[in-house]
Amino acid sequence: MSEIIKVGMADLNICKSPDGITTLGLGSCVGIAIRDPIAKVGGLAHIMLPDSTQIANNSNIPKFADTGIEELVRQIVAIGGNRSRFEAKIAGGAQMFAFQNKGDMVRVGERNIEASKKKLKELGIPLLAEDTGLNYGRTVVFYPETGEFFIRSAGKPEKKI
Amino acid sequence: MVGNISLERVKEEYFDVLKELGNIGAGNATTALAQMLQCKVDMKVPQVRLLNFNEIGEVMGGEEQIVAGIYLAVEGEITGSMMFVLEQNAARSLVGKIMGVPVETDEMSEIELSAIKEIGNIITGAYLNSLSSLTNLKMLPSVPDLNIDMLNAILSVPAIEFGIMGDKILLIQTQFTDDVEINGYFILLPDLESYSKILGALGL
Repeated sequence: MSEIIKVGMADLNICKSPDGITTLGLGSCVGIAIRDPIAKVGGLAHIMLPDSTQIANNSNIPKFADTGIEELVRQIVAIGGNRSRFEAKIAGGAQMFAFQNKGDMVRVGERNIEASKKKLKELGIPLLAEDTGLNYGRTVVFYPETGEFFIRSAGKPEKKI
Repeated sequence: MVGNISLERVKEEYFDVLKELGNIGAGNATTALAQMLQCKVDMKVPQVRLLNFNEIGEVMGGEEQIVAGIYLAVEGEITGSMMFVLEQNAARSLVGKIMGVPVETDEMSEIELSAIKEIGNIITGAYLNSLSSLTNLKMLPSVPDLNIDMLNAILSVPAIEFGIMGDKILLIQTQFTDDVEINGYFILLPDLESYSKILGALGL
């Protein structure tokens, strides 16, 4: 009997095959799914902001792309994942509204995508696929067993990347 | 950056101030709604909800509930942004009332979408007006932008703004009662620099 583990906004979690892991309604936030295809363990982070070093109050590790991805990797290793085999897929980073007036919020979705990619690259984790940008929300479900990453959006057919 | 008050103090008073302003603004917005609909609209005392980011789905029927989000910039002496969120069904019912014909199709037409924008415009305008007269500070709303999507995706935008300052989001839940009950949420997000101005204007 497999389960689907839920990850909230500014949160992360891990799971083992055959379980899946999901986060609902990614908007400008980015969902980063990482797995070890041999050990079949993985996890999902739902980050809100690109860079913890730009924020004074940065103790909430899963909130940021940089610290969130590092922590996700650490936790997957802790349940038996081998870093050298890790692979990633990402989704989200939409611009939900046309106007964004403030420095911190300008293109925040896009900056979340860029920061996530940068961190993955820095950690040497290949990015296999992405479904990012545009102007709509995404619910994602990830299965570390197969690496399938399902994306559901309002009024659109389900996508698999 | 915040005048002569420290960041810590702003944080402490942050939610209290928003809460008080929210109460007043929501009352005024209700009056505007009643005038627009030309009928009596009752408002329950607004509930202020301070939520962790992962609790957002507990309001308005879950993370994937389809909602209409109206988002606009605030300019003038106070700068920042503001959002008004309405369940899709409530939005339909309001639009039906204004246009005199019920909205039946799943996909809303351009004209129905502009009607929602207009409702948002009037409600948020009334909200800001009351704050403006209370504080004697100019607050000018920009043209609102509308998106209809999953609750979490819509609220990710103000959540990220709150996320810059802390780990919670503050929502003002306003329940209007007309023929149907209409749940709406206001989210007011003054820029950090605007806090000292608001606090000062309120004599804090």
